[in-house]
Amino acid sequence: MTEASAPAIALKGVTKRFPGVVANDAITLEFHPGEVHALLGENGAGKSTLIGLLAGMQQPDAGSIELFGTPARIASPRDALDRGIGTVFQHVLLVPSLTVIENLMLGGRWWRPLGREAALRRFDELSKMLGVQIDPDAPVGRLELGQQQQVEIIRALWRDAKVLILDEPTSMLTPQGVEDLGRVMRRLAQSGVAVIFITHKLREAYAFGDRISVLRLGKLVGQLPPERLRIMSEAAVTNEVIRLMFGQLRGHSEEAETLVGRGRHGPTRAVDRSGPPRLELVEVSTHADAGECALKGLTLSLWPGEVLGVAGVDGNGQKHLAEVLAGQRPVASGRILIDGEDVTHEGVPERRERGLSYVTDERLGEGTVGVMSVATNLVLKEVGRPPLWRNGVTLWDRIHERAREQVARHDIRTPSERTPVGRLSGGNIQKVLLARELGEAARIAVFNKPTYGLDLQNTSLARQRIRESAERGMATLVISTELDELLEVADRIGVMFQGRLVGVVENADEVEESVGRMMTGAAA
Amino acid sequence: MEALFTATFLTALLYGVVTAGLPLLLAGLGEQISEKAGVLNIGIEGMMLAGAYAGFSAALATQSLWLGFIAGALAGIGVALLMALFCIRYGMNQIVIGIALTLGVEGLTALLHHFQFARTRPSLGRAPDFSLPWLSDIPVIGPALFTHNPLVYLGLALVPLLAWLFRRSAIGLNLQAAGDKPGALDASGVSVAMTRTGAVLSTGALAGLGGAYMSEVGAGLFVPYMTGGAGFIGIVLAMLARGRPLWVLYGALLFGVSLALTTALQVGGFNIPTDVVQMLPFLMVMLVLVIFARHSVLPPALGLPYVRGER
Repeated sequence: MTEASAPAIALKGVTKRFPGVVANDAITLEFHPGEVHALLGENGAGKSTLIGLLAGMQQPDAGSIELFGTPARIASPRDALDRGIGTVFQHVLLVPSLTVIENLMLGGRWWRPLGREAALRRFDELSKMLGVQIDPDAPVGRLELGQQQQVEIIRALWRDAKVLILDEPTSMLTPQGVEDLGRVMRRLAQSGVAVIFITHKLREAYAFGDRISVLRLGKLVGQLPPERLRIMSEAAVTNEVIRLMFGQLRGHSEEAETLVGRGRHGPTRAVDRSGPPRLELVEVSTHADAGECALKGLTLSLWPGEVLGVAGVDGNGQKHLAEVLAGQRPVASGRILIDGEDVTHEGVPERRERGLSYVTDERLGEGTVGVMSVATNLVLKEVGRPPLWRNGVTLWDRIHERAREQVARHDIRTPSERTPVGRLSGGNIQKVLLARELGEAARIAVFNKPTYGLDLQNTSLARQRIRESAERGMATLVISTELDELLEVADRIGVMFQGRLVGVVENADEVEESVGRMMTGAAA
Repeated sequence: MEALFTATFLTALLYGVVTAGLPLLLAGLGEQISEKAGVLNIGIEGMMLAGAYAGFSAALATQSLWLGFIAGALAGIGVALLMALFCIRYGMNQIVIGIALTLGVEGLTALLHHFQFARTRPSLGRAPDFSLPWLSDIPVIGPALFTHNPLVYLGLALVPLLAWLFRRSAIGLNLQAAGDKPGALDASGVSVAMTRTGAVLSTGALAGLGGAYMSEVGAGLFVPYMTGGAGFIGIVLAMLARGRPLWVLYGALLFGVSLALTTALQVGGFNIPTDVVQMLPFLMVMLVLVIFARHSVLPPALGLPYVRGER
């Protein structure tokens, strides 16, 4: 399958610096035709920068890039396409209001006619090669994410791409979608394309890659060539990758575990569900604006001391669920009960008084106000109330004193409590949010994607705090698209599909399969 | 009251609808192009006014309406170039720049008017109409609708032309992508900045033409602030039309009716205070906004400068 001829792309000592960091540090790497080359690394390892260089979005500061044996400067995205390098970015880059075939015709010179017939022929050809079936006249916004990604792959291959770069393509897919993608990559490699598959999950790198290269902190730390990879078991590859990454270092077991993605199961505790539930949603529905998924008769119950995980592919109503619970979005029909009392029409402050707290996925914006100080953000939901306000007068001394206390207690790394929260790192903003939301009075906590975009240390810290609060008897709801995360923290896992909860299962061994099935809409 | 229903009155009214509606049509279509591409072009009022001044001046100097129209379009493009420079090249706030350009042109043209025309008050003769063969012989409708300056027919022809371009050409796809998801356009190798610049310049050309029509054909003279919010009505039309040129035409006719009625009611000698009558078009704007604004759909990236790599 692999051949020793000129590599499709050869990187020679490529270095890219950004203010304060060396994102790519003298990377020398080859990508061969007919090979699925898995590029493995954690957030911040420099994978995205490398793609940016290959796709023509950025230029290297040092080193050179060779295409099929000749040095090349990839000047722009258009240049990359013209040279046969197609890229599928992590976030979908299609125009939702245009149809599939219109999206594919996009990018033609504006004075040329569109050539719809020829485009349709090319579409058929590529669909057959990839083994996918998509209606070319469907608006892209109506397709599932997996199908949108297939359209992106078709677009990347449109002009006879010799190299296909896939940036974290599995992060938005259902387990079934991941399988399909693996098949597509295999077929592409067989037709002679050099496939570059970027991932942070070792399991996927092993399952789909012919060759695995490991990046860490901007450096290439090692490679498993096909001849070795073929005879190694998954466990052996795991050990080898961990040795490559942390050979000389100790104390990175957590990092290794996230990378390997074994999904440590949380300690299965018996949750007492004999008493009344603390939070209940009964047949709750909402109105959706264009492009949103509304809730359609969602029912769930949450008991004290348990963590209920809500899984599902993004865009199945998760945002509405979180907002409805927080009191930020009106309910069209149905009821919400806290301790058996109807709170359906209560707003944010009333629900907060009842002990409900909400940690949003939009840390800056919905969760905190970036230009305001850490101290102000810590009291944002108590504005105007005693003891920090008296007769409408702000008692800044008390607010800042309280903030200093919390900054110390929660290890918020900030120059001062007066620093605008927007200047902090994502992990520290999350700590501010958690400090505000998980105070003594909190009895119910709703988390939406609690570790989205966080680095490893802060991810495990956030997960730890979720478990701790449940152990203190809090009723906790965690909405996440990362199944591994839910396997780690949740006692039960429910799956959202098109605005409904299609099933709730105990978080036991082998639960992945049933959850994966439910993510596609099948009943539990 | 019978005066309302005489053939002469109806003819005059319908004729007035077209004359008043054409600048709005051109402004609305122009604004629609910009908005499709994600640029909220508030400067369009200034572009129209610049077109009105330049069109009138050139027509006066050369005694050629067509050279006047060309000068008007070029003046609109000139103002649009500034808009493109500040908002697209430098990513500055489109609303602030748009307002600044409009105010700037208002001041500049008022000043120029003061020095050039205020004392002599020159005016152009009545612009010759072009009668479409056969159609113009139909009673009432013929002289009202088919006996106009050729620019009217060109403006009307733009409606199907733009509809076709938007839906069936690479330009249309590029424009829509620039307004809906500029990142997708960039990734497919087309410059978002060039696409948006082209859109803004087209808006300038159409707005300038509309302004030139107002001064050269509609009024036959130039007075300061003579566009009187026509550009802003164009913005309203574009927002309500949801990207469909035909709806801009409907809207332009609707506002054309109210503008023409304003004139007709004054001429007809009804016992209504002039100020109340002159409010009519603006009442119409508010009414239309109250009724239809909920249904307006704007491109997601409208008003946002595009920076590669940012999401």
